[in-house]
Amino acid sequence: MTKMMTGAKMVVQALMDQGVEVVFGYPGGAVLPIYDEIFQQNQIQHVLVRHEQGAVHAAEGYARSTGKPGVALVTSGPGATNAVTGLTDALMDSIPIIVLTGQVPTFMIGTDAFQEADTVGITRPCTKHNWLIKDTDKLANTIHEAFHVATSGRPGPVLIDIPKDVQFATGTYSEKSKRKSHYAPQVKGDIAMITELAEAMATAKRPVFYTGGGVINSGPAASQLLRELVEATGFPITSTLMGLGCYPASGPAWLGMLGMHGTYEANMVMHDCDLMINVGARFDDRITGRLDAFSPKSVKAHIDIDASSINKVVRVDIPILGDVAHVLEDLLKVWKTQGRRTDKEALAKWWKQIKTWQATDCLGFTQDGPVIRPQYAMSRLEALTKGHDRYITTEVGQHQMWAAQYLGFEDPNRWMTSGGLGTMGYGTPASIGVQMAHRDALVINVAGEASWLMNMQEMGTAMQYGLPVKQFILNNERLGMVRQWQQLLHGERYSQSWSQSLPDFVKLAEAFGAKGIRCSDPADLDEAIAEMIAYDGPVIFDCLVEKHENCFPMIPSGKAHNEMLLRDAQVKGAIGATGAVLV
Amino acid sequence: MSPLNIKKGASSHSAYDLRSTFGDTVERHTLAVIVENEPGVLARVIGLFAGRGYNIESLTVAEIDHTGHRSRITIVTTGTPQVIVQIKAQLGRIVPVHEVHDLTVEGPSVERELALLKVAGRGDARVEALRLADIFRASVVDSTLQSFVFEITGTPEKIDAFADLMRPLGLQEVARTGVAALSRGSDTLV
Repeated sequence: MTKMMTGAKMVVQALMDQGVEVVFGYPGGAVLPIYDEIFQQNQIQHVLVRHEQGAVHAAEGYARSTGKPGVALVTSGPGATNAVTGLTDALMDSIPIIVLTGQVPTFMIGTDAFQEADTVGITRPCTKHNWLIKDTDKLANTIHEAFHVATSGRPGPVLIDIPKDVQFATGTYSEKSKRKSHYAPQVKGDIAMITELAEAMATAKRPVFYTGGGVINSGPAASQLLRELVEATGFPITSTLMGLGCYPASGPAWLGMLGMHGTYEANMVMHDCDLMINVGARFDDRITGRLDAFSPKSVKAHIDIDASSINKVVRVDIPILGDVAHVLEDLLKVWKTQGRRTDKEALAKWWKQIKTWQATDCLGFTQDGPVIRPQYAMSRLEALTKGHDRYITTEVGQHQMWAAQYLGFEDPNRWMTSGGLGTMGYGTPASIGVQMAHRDALVINVAGEASWLMNMQEMGTAMQYGLPVKQFILNNERLGMVRQWQQLLHGERYSQSWSQSLPDFVKLAEAFGAKGIRCSDPADLDEAIAEMIAYDGPVIFDCLVEKHENCFPMIPSGKAHNEMLLRDAQVKGAIGATGAVLV
Repeated sequence: MSPLNIKKGASSHSAYDLRSTFGDTVERHTLAVIVENEPGVLARVIGLFAGRGYNIESLTVAEIDHTGHRSRITIVTTGTPQVIVQIKAQLGRIVPVHEVHDLTVEGPSVERELALLKVAGRGDARVEALRLADIFRASVVDSTLQSFVFEITGTPEKIDAFADLMRPLGLQEVARTGVAALSRGSDTLV
């Protein structure tokens, strides 16, 4: 039986058929027919954001915390261009989201009509795929295909541009099950290559698992299999910023995060290992440091679902193209059925070496004096929220690194941060997306005051929908990471890196109808955090911290993993002329 | 175990050779890309090359299967082996791309390009142009008392050589189609 309906109705019907529960959006002229359909149903909840960028980041937060695709709906022209940052963010971090944009009617496309933008042209490089619909009959099928593309293979953002006349016109609705797609990325890894990796693991003397966001994206099974593999082998494991939670921070083999602000032990292990097993990470420049000195002595295996990630920047010896969960399952099978054993003696020696690096206590600090140190704030936040059903989002900068260093993640999908693009303003809308998916959970956005101001309008959204998101602002009245770099390589000339004319965050919270808490004394911190947790509603927590604290450890630009800076005393002249051009 | 012990060759589950040698020499490769003939697909391919800084020496595109909505894009590109592998992998992940074939490594292939050249002149130069055209098996498709338009088909190098010879004889204008290429033998891509 064919169902005839308008394009606008098709959009809502297709979203329902795809199991969508929440849409983050903002209405406008070119999407009014769709909003009219949303008005006439109760199955899908629409969350009215305050800016389209917020809609996309909220959809990202929803997707990252649930593993399900997030959906955003925005209007043409400025609605679509405002969505671009979120789309690029989702593309860099491989987050499955579907963005629906309105467009001027087909007969006006190309005439510079009011609120017209070449949306598919603008978003072509920042989506995994996009479509402009010119025929209502093709609309439903394209929406189903869009969900398939966004969630298959390496996940990513997709966009469907829907002209207003297509929304008004009547066409045939095609069922989800009728969809045919040629897009079917390979998920099973080459078993010969997997066997080769198992062989390498059996003979390795200094192995390490280097895991990334691909483990999280592959689903909870991948994290489970990874844990089994680490358990079966006893190999040490580190993770990128994107992969935190794929292995528990309390696990015995955990080294902490690696990379530019990773732990000393994780980076030393990466540098000195003889077998590196990259599981769903992509050798990002924040991870590798100086490429020609990156882990010079190791055989490198790389499990990735995206062929273009393999051999892109680092040459690998054992490439395995496939989905992390599928490959790990096969790897475990091969490992067990072939009765493989690790080199126990060598491994014991390796762990002994690792313990000496861990003894450096690179994240150690002392809270002395009357001012809260940001590390102390993060440690206390960790201690006081650990037992809760907790989700953390962040903005971008020093606070993000301190959160990654001092908060421990036991499970995947609990940590939402803008990794690849480094989008300031991500955290607040993302926390809203997370809280929409987990209404009873404790959702905290760890923020810097400068980042937080970039999308603070979304506090209105949090209030409107009763989302008790906690905005935990490490306020140093500086663009901390910019200031740190200016100190390190621009002769302490702090150009434009002061947050001047800051609002009173407590009054700001009250103006939104939320609760504001300010804390400046280390002695009051625990009580203040407890008050934040206990409050049933959105909170802006203004945590006044040490203004000139630098984020350590740090691999300076252009340096290798074994050239980490551990503390302030070492920073003079740490970055050479060649390093200074790197970001 | 050493990386040197690993055999070269494509992973059996992969369309791509993931184990390239990574020399520094710049190579010229001809790629055949079979795509869904949908709006914007060419823009995606060109945008990929522009956005990631790859070279395009030549690019041709036309629909080759009207019922199946398939187009074939032939791209001639240059780069180090690592870059060539990246280009193929990046092309392969564009959603409407069905297949990517590197004709340069997948066995012998033929490459042909068509060019139209307008040569103006009188007297000896005009006679010489006609004589050289005959040697190059170029045909005259338009003629006036002052000019010829030659049509020539061949490898890009042959067309370059012909254009170089025509230049002193009054070459006015050139239009080239870019390279079309097919593998030799009975095996097919699609």
